Amino acid sequence: MLVVGIDVGSTSAKAVLFDGRIKVYAIRPTGWSPREAGAEVLAEILDKAGLSRREVAYIVGTGYGRVALNFIDQAVTEITCQARGINYLTGKAGTIIDIGGQDTKVITVNEQGKVVDFVMNDKCAAGTGRFLEVMATAMGMDVDELGSLPKNVNPVNISSMCTVFAESEVISLLAGGAAREEIVAGLHRAVARRVKSMLKNTAPATVVFTGGGAKNEGLRRALAAELGVEVMVPAEPQITGALGAAIIAWEGNGGAVAHN
Amino acid sequence: MWRELDMDLEKHDVFLGALPVAFGEVFLRQENRPAGMAYFDNALAEAHGGRIQEILAGKKAGRMVAGTFCVFAPEELIFAVDGISIGLCGGAQFTVPTGEQVLPRNLCPLIKSAMGFKLDRICPYFQAVDFLIGETTCDGKKKTWEILNEYVPTYVMELPQKKGAADLTLWEGEIHRLKEEIEHRSGREITADRLASGIKMANARRDALARLYRARWADPVPISGKDALLISQLAFFDDPERFTAQVNSLCDELEDRIARGEGVTRKGAPRILVTGTPMALPYWKLHHLVETSGAVIVGEETCTGTRYFAGRVAEDGRTVEDQVKDLARRLTAINCACFTPNKDRVEDILRLVRDARADGVIYFSLQFCQPFGVEGRLVERALQEAGVPVLRLESDYSEEDVAQLKTRIEAFLEMIAS
Ligand code: SF4
Ligand code: SF4
Repeated sequence: MLVVGIDVGSTSAKAVLFDGRIKVYAIRPTGWSPREAGAEVLAEILDKAGLSRREVAYIVGTGYGRVALNFIDQAVTEITCQARGINYLTGKAGTIIDIGGQDTKVITVNEQGKVVDFVMNDKCAAGTGRFLEVMATAMGMDVDELGSLPKNVNPVNISSMCTVFAESEVISLLAGGAAREEIVAGLHRAVARRVKSMLKNTAPATVVFTGGGAKNEGLRRALAAELGVEVMVPAEPQITGALGAAIIAWEGNGGAVAHN
Repeated sequence: MWRELDMDLEKHDVFLGALPVAFGEVFLRQENRPAGMAYFDNALAEAHGGRIQEILAGKKAGRMVAGTFCVFAPEELIFAVDGISIGLCGGAQFTVPTGEQVLPRNLCPLIKSAMGFKLDRICPYFQAVDFLIGETTCDGKKKTWEILNEYVPTYVMELPQKKGAADLTLWEGEIHRLKEEIEHRSGREITADRLASGIKMANARRDALARLYRARWADPVPISGKDALLISQLAFFDDPERFTAQVNSLCDELEDRIARGEGVTRKGAPRILVTGTPMALPYWKLHHLVETSGAVIVGEETCTGTRYFAGRVAEDGRTVEDQVKDLARRLTAINCACFTPNKDRVEDILRLVRDARADGVIYFSLQFCQPFGVEGRLVERALQEAGVPVLRLESDYSEEDVAQLKTRIEAFLEMIAS
């Protein structure tokens, strides 16, 4: 049996083809149409695997674009999918921190991969990928460059978590002669602190960091420093939601999974 | 009629223009609605028509019209002088920007929307009232009354923030003072007989609403949460006696449905209790999102819910003195987050979870609502300790966060189901 999980987020669409393990996966930008992005990313994995649509038994869609996907068999939220995907990869209970384009989620998962609790930012963009994106633009950088700056710099203090205020703060810091890497480190620390405040309970034992934000090495270090625990990043942190969707499709159709 | 009310007709038409669409989408599309909802659908449709005409006719015949903002406003006193009581709403995004012209932006949308209704001159009720009764519940409201008073006379009652003996005495005094104000404004004396009938009228409405809420305990539920919310919202506007009769006849139908095992959703659909800030007309966003995600709302611990009909007032007071004491005592039965401590609210919520057989609770607060926002932590913890799944949501009246809210609601339902 072959199943597919598709995760259409605000910035990228991901698909995983699953047959008991990950067969192929693909990631591409969402663009303006979530439905088209979903269709394209599906076509891409089918193409990679040399399969036709008919050979896929079941498709689960997730992510903010899930409602737009008219070709899927079932829609499941990214919160449930992340939990399932991470549990498959780690086999453990723990906390997932997912920093995506528009929102940040903190999900608590039990041993069986079920969601026990979750928190998600509301309308405010503080602590999300969007926050870093705005700041990168203010500094004339690309958001992808933020992660690769040198390790041992002193973070400057960013006092505002509001995207609008922080942006002007960054601009005046630059004008005041602060080094860019120090500002970037400060921004990473600010995001990490915001995430920490979303963890209602005491420090979690296992933390897995996913989403586009997890590709940012500086952010990962800042999170580890703020939370005081080791922060794991899966090999491909952007596809864990799509993977979870695929596993839900797999199990829903009688498949059994062994942990990776 | 509109000229007489000094309305901004152009704006009014724009505002009303959007409502039928929203109403059709939210309400009329529901399946298997009780036939008795027809009255309430019509009451909403007539809010800017028949009902306001009725009120203006009453006004011409010398009846006093008072606007209220809170479930603590003792409407019994208004009924006692044969006055008309209108619970003014502030549940529309449309008027928020205007409200923000005179109020800070970081204030709850409820206050800003209400203020905007007055400034925009698009609410016939706001235009028709002789005076408003405000109270000192939260700081935002308290200070807003001073500004609102520049546009329409606003009488302020000091609502205590504790429930001790001294607070009861204070509240009793406040009710006496409001009584004098109402006597003065209406030109009628409030006698024990008149007040007794006012109390009966308010109690009858409370009983009817309580009966409606009990009907929702059944599985499958005989009525949707959206419809029940609409009824609560209309309770603040409609003629109380007619409204009570209609709710009771709807309840007859619902009880029949229960006996037949007929519902608006399948048996076993996830059941959600909503708690938090009041949802003024025409705010239906949360209910709509939850009920289009496959769950059903089986109760609201809000002021447009159980807090509205909590605290039946004793009917055996013989003197006005005693009756005012009884009215004041209602203070202890309503667990608004403006009180400290407010432990009883947690008890109420846990009891409602049990009675309504809820599978989970959504704690909803409007953005910038400090009392309910801050209290959320305590309620959340108590529910978690009792093993009741809880989801906290904060939002306002705009539509921008609908997709995010939907994700969280669906994830919560998936979490409950697994
Ligand atoms: S929330 Fe409190 S202040 Fe507001 S209507 Fe309810 S009881 Fe009154
Ligand atoms: S209690 Fe909350 S919702 Fe009510 S007026 Fe005050 S801030 Fe607004």
